[in-house]
Amino acid sequence: MTAVTQDFTPAHDEHPEASKTPLGFWIYLMSDCVLFASIFAAFVVLRENLNGGPAGRDLFDLSFVAIETGLLLVSSLTYGLAMIAAGQGNLRTVFVWLALTFLCGLGFLGMEVHEFGKLVAEGAGPDRSGFLSGFFTLVGTHGLHVTSGLVWMAVMFAQLALRGLTAESRTRLLCLSLFWHFLDIVWIGVFSIVYLLGAA
Amino acid sequence: MRESLIFGRLTLNAIPLHEPIVMSAVVGMVVAALAVVGALTYLKRWKWLWDEWLTSVDHKRIGIMYIILALVMLLRGFSDAILMRGQQAMASAGAAGYLPPDHFDQIFTAHGVIMIFFMAMPFVIGLMNIVMPLQIGARDVAFPYLNSLSFWFTVGGAMLVNISLAIGEFAHTGWLAYPPLSELAFSPGVGVDYYIWALQISGIGTLLTGVNFITTIFKMRAPGMKLMHMPIFTWTTLGANMLIVAAFPILTVTLGMLGLDRYLGMHFFTHDGGGNPMMYVNLIWAWGHPEVYILVLPCFGIFSEVTATFSSKPLFGYTSMVYATMCITVLSFLVWLHHFFTMGSGANVNAFFGIMTMIISIPTGVKIFNWLFTMYRGRVRLEVPVLWTIGFIITFAIGGMTGVLLAVPPADFVLHNSLFLVAHFHNTIIGGVVFGVMAGFYYWFPKATGFKLDPTLGKVSFWCWFTGFYVAFMPIYALGLMGMTRRLSHVDNPVWHAYLIVAAIGAVLIGIGIAATVLQIILSIIKRDKLKDVIGDPWHGRTLEWATSSPPPFYNFANLPVVKGIDAFWTMKQEGHAPKLEPRYDRIHMPRNTGTGVILGILSIGLGFAMTWHIWWMAVGAFLVMLAATIWHSFDAHRDYFVPPETVAATEALHFNAKATEVAQ
Amino acid sequence: MNDNHNANASGASHATVKSYLTGFVLSVILTAIPFALVMTHAASAAILIPAVIAVGIVQIGVHLVYFLHMNRSSSQLWNNAAFAFAVIVVGILVIGSLWIMYHLNMNMMPGMMPVD
Repeated sequence: MTAVTQDFTPAHDEHPEASKTPLGFWIYLMSDCVLFASIFAAFVVLRENLNGGPAGRDLFDLSFVAIETGLLLVSSLTYGLAMIAAGQGNLRTVFVWLALTFLCGLGFLGMEVHEFGKLVAEGAGPDRSGFLSGFFTLVGTHGLHVTSGLVWMAVMFAQLALRGLTAESRTRLLCLSLFWHFLDIVWIGVFSIVYLLGAA
Repeated sequence: MRESLIFGRLTLNAIPLHEPIVMSAVVGMVVAALAVVGALTYLKRWKWLWDEWLTSVDHKRIGIMYIILALVMLLRGFSDAILMRGQQAMASAGAAGYLPPDHFDQIFTAHGVIMIFFMAMPFVIGLMNIVMPLQIGARDVAFPYLNSLSFWFTVGGAMLVNISLAIGEFAHTGWLAYPPLSELAFSPGVGVDYYIWALQISGIGTLLTGVNFITTIFKMRAPGMKLMHMPIFTWTTLGANMLIVAAFPILTVTLGMLGLDRYLGMHFFTHDGGGNPMMYVNLIWAWGHPEVYILVLPCFGIFSEVTATFSSKPLFGYTSMVYATMCITVLSFLVWLHHFFTMGSGANVNAFFGIMTMIISIPTGVKIFNWLFTMYRGRVRLEVPVLWTIGFIITFAIGGMTGVLLAVPPADFVLHNSLFLVAHFHNTIIGGVVFGVMAGFYYWFPKATGFKLDPTLGKVSFWCWFTGFYVAFMPIYALGLMGMTRRLSHVDNPVWHAYLIVAAIGAVLIGIGIAATVLQIILSIIKRDKLKDVIGDPWHGRTLEWATSSPPPFYNFANLPVVKGIDAFWTMKQEGHAPKLEPRYDRIHMPRNTGTGVILGILSIGLGFAMTWHIWWMAVGAFLVMLAATIWHSFDAHRDYFVPPETVAATEALHFNAKATEVAQ
Repeated sequence: MNDNHNANASGASHATVKSYLTGFVLSVILTAIPFALVMTHAASAAILIPAVIAVGIVQIGVHLVYFLHMNRSSSQLWNNAAFAFAVIVVGILVIGSLWIMYHLNMNMMPGMMPVD
């Protein structure tokens, strides 16, 4: 280490993106935490403001929610297995696990859209009461995150197919995994606070 | 309101042709824009502008563009201020004044929004952009493309606010757009929608800046630079960006919910349907109070750098300064209720937040003493930045004390929403933030451009601002104690007239100060050869930004500096290790310019405009194009390149030879 | 070296199929418990609410450790610091907001107003 005795080191030809990007993305996720926390706070404050409309216990079908939860949980596992395959450089296996993750995510989203449609048809839309505004916004924001995760995953498919497991695509795969697992964590809050405590 | 499929709510009536003041401002802005476009076309500078500036990912150029935006917006925000002061001075003696009430409402809203979001924020972020990577001995920020994107989203937001002047209206609600007034029932026009979209778009830009700068500070410090070796400005930049990342999502959510109320008929903050307007007030201040520290913390950093440099001493109490900064960062999240003591929480809640507010003044007090002790027995050179610093210490101490006064809930019940409050926060924001960015502007101007600013006009500017502030705001404190509330377009109390006249004179004095700054910039550009900074270290600086040339080469440092303690550059100079021309250099890895940022920024204006006017096809189109551009950009594999050693050697030789000639003279 | 960095920044360096499966099984159990409690009306609300919240927090911990691979290694210092800061802010924001709004609601009750 001669560099320490000098005051200036020669330039390094390093690609530090590999360590910067996941940290930057992690910091973004922390800000997303605060975003969800604000919506959770608003939801809890407005929870009792039914405006003469239905409450959670009148609306929620917990076995339906349990299946949604299961889909997200399985997708977290399959994404993790995709990461392991990526670590072993096995692109075909990565595709298989990613495709399963994508399908689970899509299924979750389909169920959520179905639930929203049903509520609106029953006259329990987001403009019915403060409680339902909070409900649709909180669950919908999570759903929008899942949607962007799916778009990202689709782009990931294309990039992996075109370029393979380069350093860059590995980094992106890692960031997407952080995003995906993070959404699963937010969902724990959603099913506990919104659905379970709403139905209890 | 009727909506057409093609133009949404937009009709020709949206242009306020019947308002002479607005129209003359619009004509002025259009003429100025046309003059710039004409000059660029005549001088054939479009390609240069696009290649060298608009698409640049160089943190120094982005910083300069941020500051240009801030200065332009300062002029706009100040015009609003002088209009308000003039109106109140005239309309307090029985006259009607020249501003109808609904226009006055828009002006005080625009003044607040522009000064905070599009003057103070870009100025502070611009200075952080230019200085922070240099201070930690880095070659750029962690995510150069995101940096460009951040800037262009900020521009997008600023443009929306200015478009609202010509097409439609701006919010009538005050700068935080409290519901239920800002709900559709009471603000059916497009003003609040402009407000929401301008702040959402620029807010995304700010959030990305926060992510970017924190990662830069954590991951890109020069070899050997430990956290406790970082210059104080870098520390305060870290604190401010931690606040950005943690607070801006709250703003996004709050404005998003207000938007959902307005666009989809939800009931978050409506006063019927199960909404709760008080939740908006709670949430917006949970962002709003940290925002104050996002602005002022970097300014504390500027004063620290200026004090140490111009006293030719290490900063007194470096460690305590760092801890004070981090204490403020966390404590700033624990005081937000003091903005709404009167809303009706119980005594326990008010007491807790009152005490927390008093506690946060302690680390700030620590800082004041550190600056004073740094100057004590130092050889203080009374250059312009030091004048701003001394002006700050005096003014901010007063503003801080009125703040502690307002932190006492019973006193706040008397003074809430009075002009006393208005005087208090102008006292801290002008005395703290404006004086800070002006000090930083003068101090780092030679580093960013390669020549110094004219000192005489700098002193004129300072004295006008300093005296102008006291003349303008001391009467306002008095008026507040006498019971005058804020945001009045017209009052009928003859006793207040004289005070309002004096306040207006103060505003004119500040105006002369701003004019002096503009003149100073123009004059200094003309005299730039005489004011040239050949050495790169015009103030005998202590930190690494002075270790490279002025302006720095685009790669900042040919060889990354090795750091062994605080005031790294000072130590190098003392030990005779300052950078010199090396016989050979290595190649340097640098990011390539990209137009994606500016394109997304322009599209964001289209998106915001379309959403404001309910032009749905255009909104969907703009969003899809933005998404496509983002995905397209993610496929770009040629984002970086290597600067060949010969280029580095030639650039360095140019600098060191000029320096040698200068020293020889 | 770069690959190590890549993996360490909250990445998959220590991840094995076994750790993912462990996390998955634990999560299934921790999801099943609160669902079962609520769906069978096993307890009164006074017990259910804290129980559901507690199990939720435990499950978040499981996800953080087994899926996001948070640990106390020095390479994760900044991730952990950022996480700690976020937890503090989230805690202040949520608890503070609920406290403030609860008090406002209490004071809005007509019976609370002094008569004179």
